[in-house]
Amino acid sequence: MTSITVEKDLEALTMTFVAEFDAPVERVWQVWEDPRQLERWWGPPGWPATFTRHDFTVGGQSRYYMSGPDGEKSGGWWEFTAIDSPHRLVFDDGFADESGEPLRESMVTTMTVTLETVDGRTRMSNLGQFTDPEEFEKMLAMGMEEGMRLAVGQIDAILAG
Amino acid sequence: MQLTYNQMVVEQVSDTDIDRIFQALADATRRDIVRRVLQSEQSVSALASGYAMSFAAVQKHVAVLERAALVAKARRGREQLVHGNPDGLRRAQLILDRFEELWRHRAAGIASILAED
Repeated sequence: MTSITVEKDLEALTMTFVAEFDAPVERVWQVWEDPRQLERWWGPPGWPATFTRHDFTVGGQSRYYMSGPDGEKSGGWWEFTAIDSPHRLVFDDGFADESGEPLRESMVTTMTVTLETVDGRTRMSNLGQFTDPEEFEKMLAMGMEEGMRLAVGQIDAILAG
Repeated sequence: MQLTYNQMVVEQVSDTDIDRIFQALADATRRDIVRRVLQSEQSVSALASGYAMSFAAVQKHVAVLERAALVAKARRGREQLVHGNPDGLRRAQLILDRFEELWRHRAAGIASILAED
């Protein structure tokens, strides 16, 4: 069965999601590399993702949108900065407009995906690194997804303190 | 579009509430104030003595936290006492739990794709 943990480092502005799967790393790598597999799990419940572009090479970009229950669409883009098959993938992730083009003023999160073999299973770590704190604050004001990810750490720290 | 995404993540909390909570918690001093007043209520002047900033600046931070419903103020005699609002924090926690759910959902999606092999 899949286990998942979430680690937050408020000071470093990072958040890590770790999950383990009963499959070899090469197989788990495919769910990121193959857009048809990727779009089956990336979208939140009720918001399936469609990847219209997935240029899985260093410097390559992706475009996707998620379709809501009332036909509304929410777009995003990725740009790959490092690909070390099948162990490490680094990409920037941001919001896109209706036509799928990046919203330049929007916050960019750098995601680092690491796949490693642990006890015959694949451990997948997703590290989200938020860039500049000022940008970050602006983004928080917009109430975006990444804002909530960071705030998880803030609130946990307060409740634990 | 971004508002839509918000709504799908957290239906029962308004976008304005979310913005206020995140803005309030984006600042280290404000997080520290929340920690302190959750432990014991304190006057604004007692709080202010703990930071290298003016009374007015601390008062401003408290006001931001108050608007986000993370703390509340009560007047006692000549003093304004600040206390933490656990309900506000719990509501914020609820929002964040949904994010964890999103990642759990994604991991479950990957697991089910792998299970088809």
